Amino acid sequence: MNPLIPLFVVIPLAGAFLIMILGRFIKDFNKYFASLALLVLAIFSIYCLATTGDNISLYKVGGWEPVNMVPIGIYMVMDGFTVIVLCIINIVGFLSVFYSISYIRRFTAENLFYALFCLMIGGMNGVVLSGDLFNIFVFLEISVISSYALVAFGVEKNELEASFKYQVLGGLASFLILFGIALIYWKTKTLNIADISRVLKSGYDRSFYLFVELLILCGFGLKAAIIPFHAWLPDAHSSAPSPISAMLSGVLIKAVGIYVIIRLFFNMFAVSENMSLLITTLGTLSMVIGVFLAIGQWDIKRLLAYHSISQMGYVVLSVGIGMILISRGERPDIAALAVAGGIFHLINHAAFKGLLFLNAGSIEYTIGTRDLREMGGLAKSMPATSATSFIASLSISGIPPFNGFFSKLIIIIAAIMAKFYLLALLAVIVSIITLASFMKFQRYAFYNKTENNHKEIKEVPFPMKFSMIIMSLLCIVLSLLAFPGIRDVILMPAIDILTDPVKYSSFIIGN
Amino acid sequence: MIVYLLCFLLFLVGLYGVITRRNLVKIAISMSVMEFSTFLLFALIGYVDGGVAPIVDPADPVKNYVDPLPQALVLTAIVIGLATTAMMMAVIIRLYRKYGTFDIREIKSLRG
Repeated sequence: MNPLIPLFVVIPLAGAFLIMILGRFIKDFNKYFASLALLVLAIFSIYCLATTGDNISLYKVGGWEPVNMVPIGIYMVMDGFTVIVLCIINIVGFLSVFYSISYIRRFTAENLFYALFCLMIGGMNGVVLSGDLFNIFVFLEISVISSYALVAFGVEKNELEASFKYQVLGGLASFLILFGIALIYWKTKTLNIADISRVLKSGYDRSFYLFVELLILCGFGLKAAIIPFHAWLPDAHSSAPSPISAMLSGVLIKAVGIYVIIRLFFNMFAVSENMSLLITTLGTLSMVIGVFLAIGQWDIKRLLAYHSISQMGYVVLSVGIGMILISRGERPDIAALAVAGGIFHLINHAAFKGLLFLNAGSIEYTIGTRDLREMGGLAKSMPATSATSFIASLSISGIPPFNGFFSKLIIIIAAIMAKFYLLALLAVIVSIITLASFMKFQRYAFYNKTENNHKEIKEVPFPMKFSMIIMSLLCIVLSLLAFPGIRDVILMPAIDILTDPVKYSSFIIGN
Repeated sequence: MIVYLLCFLLFLVGLYGVITRRNLVKIAISMSVMEFSTFLLFALIGYVDGGVAPIVDPADPVKNYVDPLPQALVLTAIVIGLATTAMMMAVIIRLYRKYGTFDIREIKSLRG
């Protein structure tokens, strides 16, 4: 029992409540309280990352102990993979909320913004920590319902339309997930992930679970916007206020989509070769199609949103290669390398895509447009934005000293060692097209001279600059994770828990 | 077995509605149909033929009880479903004020 685990859910939920009540009476209470709560959570998540290591800690809600080795309470589980995603959520969350202090002034109803933001963070932390299928569904709904509201926050035509589209597809995904959970409960009579995995180990009906796996994959694939399910993402991510875009693209699609797919397919279902081939194919499709859809865009945020689909494709592809190798039972070292590449890219994507959306927000904040053709020559007047976005652009396209290079390198090496030469080639080609696309962004936004002069433009205020600079430092510092000493401490526990078929369930059931 | 298949059929009816209807409110109704087919499946899973309410009777401890857990899950899911429906209706009302129509073919400012 680790009594600190529920704080990750309790602090943001209490924050949302207090902001709605006290924010009416105390001026500026909302922004400072939300920043403070997120700062505490960020520090706390780093502390957990430093102390967890190979351990798994549990919290049983309500103190319900297992009866005859069958867990009956709701479990919250914290292991090596969980703490990595918790760090992503809370650090990007803190930087986005700090950025919003200046950015959100032009909207009314700031209280609602900060309260919804805290709810979204609480929901995502809950999804990541939950060790129980139905609880994953409940927290998922908390985070996505608040994100529906945040996408529609501008209440103009585009925002409302994007939010409606997002709600229809998100709702469909939720019902598919709920249907899958119902079918799993029907057969196994339990909802605890570890317990389900134990039940499935002792034999199961192959075709029935294939159906369930497809339902779950479609549901969480819709949340993660893998390619056949991606239609909502460019609209929703480009219409939301920029700090929210950074949260949605940088964190939400990972925490409620990719994380749950990885967790369930590695730790709950027995990995089958057909399913892992399907996941790898979907990842490859997203990687390739996403970048081709991105290259023709002139709206910066739409461009970045399509790149999110493409970069998530890298993660899914890499994890899928790991799953194929595990299901065939060959070369566990390469499987571990592939999974490591996927998780490393997941972390990196949060840093650089969050930063790019914050940059897009700064540009929109100062010159009031998102169309690349109406910008130009901003490098002189906005040095901080220009420099940080240059770092992020190089990072996402995989140029050496930055983090994106190392994770893509690991993914490509793993693909070659696993003898998927075509996938490795595609990964390289997509990376080059990404570079071309971001060179276009850099040239049109910051260097191109246009006749409409932006002489009177000033750099953005301090909170926005601060968040962007910290994120760009993260882009550089995270490349250290590729080196053996640091990798062993941070990435290896996550990979151990995912690639070892019994460690997760035996620990939780054993307690 | 047939009731479970009917449940899934109801889910598909809702899905058909979401895909083919052009009216925002009808899409929201189709979403609710899908939602409730899932709830129905949950309720069916917990059903035990001839079962009684799961209140343990010390005099007769081996009675045939229905499974109470799906009912608790359905209650939670209904509350969540209410929130999603309310949220969707709020957005539909706002869309109607902006566009003056419920027809999805005329609401298409986002392209590409």
